[in-house]
Amino acid sequence: MTIAPEHNPVFARLGWRDRLGQSAPYLLVPVLIAAGFAAIGAPSSWLTLTVSGLAMGMMIFIMASGLTLVFGLMDVINFGHGAFISLGAYMGVSVLFWLSGWTEAASLALNVGAIGLAILAAMLFAGAVSWAFERTIVRPVYGSHLKQILITVGALIVLEQLIHVIWGAEEIFLLRPESLRGAVTFFGAALEKYRILAVVIGLGIFIAMRLVLRHTKIGLIVRAGVQNGEMVEALGYRLRLVFVGVFIAGSALAGLGGVMWALYEQVITAGMGENMMILIFIVVIIGGLGSVEGAFIGALLVGLLQNYVAFLEPKLALVSNIALMTAILMWRPQGMMPVVKAK
Amino acid sequence: MSDALLSLENIRTDIAQYHILKGVSFSVPRGQVTMLLGRNGVGKTTSLRTIMGLWQAKEGTLTFDGADITGAPISARARAGIGFVPEDMGIFGDLSVEENMVLAATNGMPDPARLEWLFSAFPALRTFWKSQAGALSGGQKQMLSIARAMIEDRKLYLIDEPTKGLAPAIISTMVGALRTLKQQGATVLMVEQNFSVAKALGDQAVVMDDGVVVWTGAMAELAESSALQERLMGLSMEAH
Repeated sequence: MTIAPEHNPVFARLGWRDRLGQSAPYLLVPVLIAAGFAAIGAPSSWLTLTVSGLAMGMMIFIMASGLTLVFGLMDVINFGHGAFISLGAYMGVSVLFWLSGWTEAASLALNVGAIGLAILAAMLFAGAVSWAFERTIVRPVYGSHLKQILITVGALIVLEQLIHVIWGAEEIFLLRPESLRGAVTFFGAALEKYRILAVVIGLGIFIAMRLVLRHTKIGLIVRAGVQNGEMVEALGYRLRLVFVGVFIAGSALAGLGGVMWALYEQVITAGMGENMMILIFIVVIIGGLGSVEGAFIGALLVGLLQNYVAFLEPKLALVSNIALMTAILMWRPQGMMPVVKAK
Repeated sequence: MSDALLSLENIRTDIAQYHILKGVSFSVPRGQVTMLLGRNGVGKTTSLRTIMGLWQAKEGTLTFDGADITGAPISARARAGIGFVPEDMGIFGDLSVEENMVLAATNGMPDPARLEWLFSAFPALRTFWKSQAGALSGGQKQMLSIARAMIEDRKLYLIDEPTKGLAPAIISTMVGALRTLKQQGATVLMVEQNFSVAKALGDQAVVMDDGVVVWTGAMAELAESSALQERLMGLSMEAH
């Protein structure tokens, strides 16, 4: 056999500009946190806002992560994703009400157990509904963005109305479990216990997702499918089955995010998921389609910026995320870390 | 043909409003390298993509290893034993070389002995094993694309223009690897514009023009007759 003659390839060494360009998205979060410190001044306020922003960002990431993979894998635009947030929240809160004895007990174990069961129920419910949703709503409109938008918006409305039918049209208020009420003081800053828990759960889910995506065969198939689904099929994998699995898992995560958001806001409405979709789409777009890491960084930026701006200049809080999206898209028109580049 | 691994009978494929394949019929014998030749735009790539299921045949019958696969999904054709090296190489640029290879080993992890053989054929793959595939040069990507198809035994290899745009040194590496594959008795259907490469590797030749097969026969016969080449493909000896 001919061995490559005189073909001794090496990679060119990257310059510092290229290296900085590659790692720039990862630097944005610490840069924003540092900028927040400089702008706010008071360390205790800054710490409180930072933890609050990180908690908010983690919850948005949990809700957005499935959507970015669904975009990437099958080029499906699902405006109905918000319904799974609401459905998860209602199912989770129903379980928490049912376990009120556990949530009102002054026992951390019982409180966390109640939240764990609520999360489990929310994920199972949202996942089960999403399975039917994919079969009946999404599958017939593969390949047509306009039809996808129209039918998933319609389905979102129908599911919201079904929530009204089942749980009623009124807002439902709830209290956090006993052990998660109040705050702990850290260097003079009041840090809400629940927000700390949200950061821990969000970080745990991000690490778990990275582990699955980076170190398992199914993760490899998903990552490859986001880049070139046709080739994944040509290797012998049934991409549609993978897509259904990702769709269900992503919707279950949206349900989980719904429960966490419900406990964060301490009120739920049928339209809560729909309201969250604006932030979720911002996160998916600025992160780059198909990128879980991009969605994670984008969600943290959105959460932190909203909290800092709301403290510094409340009137600008509403537009801060749109401004963030505009700035990032001017810098990187396909988002920070796009996996899907040319669909 | 009784020993045909793959048969196309009157295959018609449309892309949008264009009729690309207008009744293609030919067979690929087992254990031989069949070259699919013809001028640009005559339907060679479309034929490979139709066999792989990436384009659906509108009419006709595709028989692979005795089974009708005309309507079979892409993944089923791959699992039936068809390995595909597309014209654009189909590399997963955000994955490492290792991940590209592991993904292609659909029956589990890559066989170490097979991997060693591929490393000996394509040493660059070992050098860049942990590197991102998107950062490889065109030639290295082509090597990866072919090695990926070879990571497991396939009954049939569909290879679309493996030497396109490559430097002569890399073409010789590629030809060496494909020759080894041929010596092992693999069945290959290859589209190739480089007639020297086609001549070096091919046992059979199928020549297409305007969406139909215009000539089939032994590669040696085509290689020997410049008049035939001129008539079928517009080639002259100066061109190769």
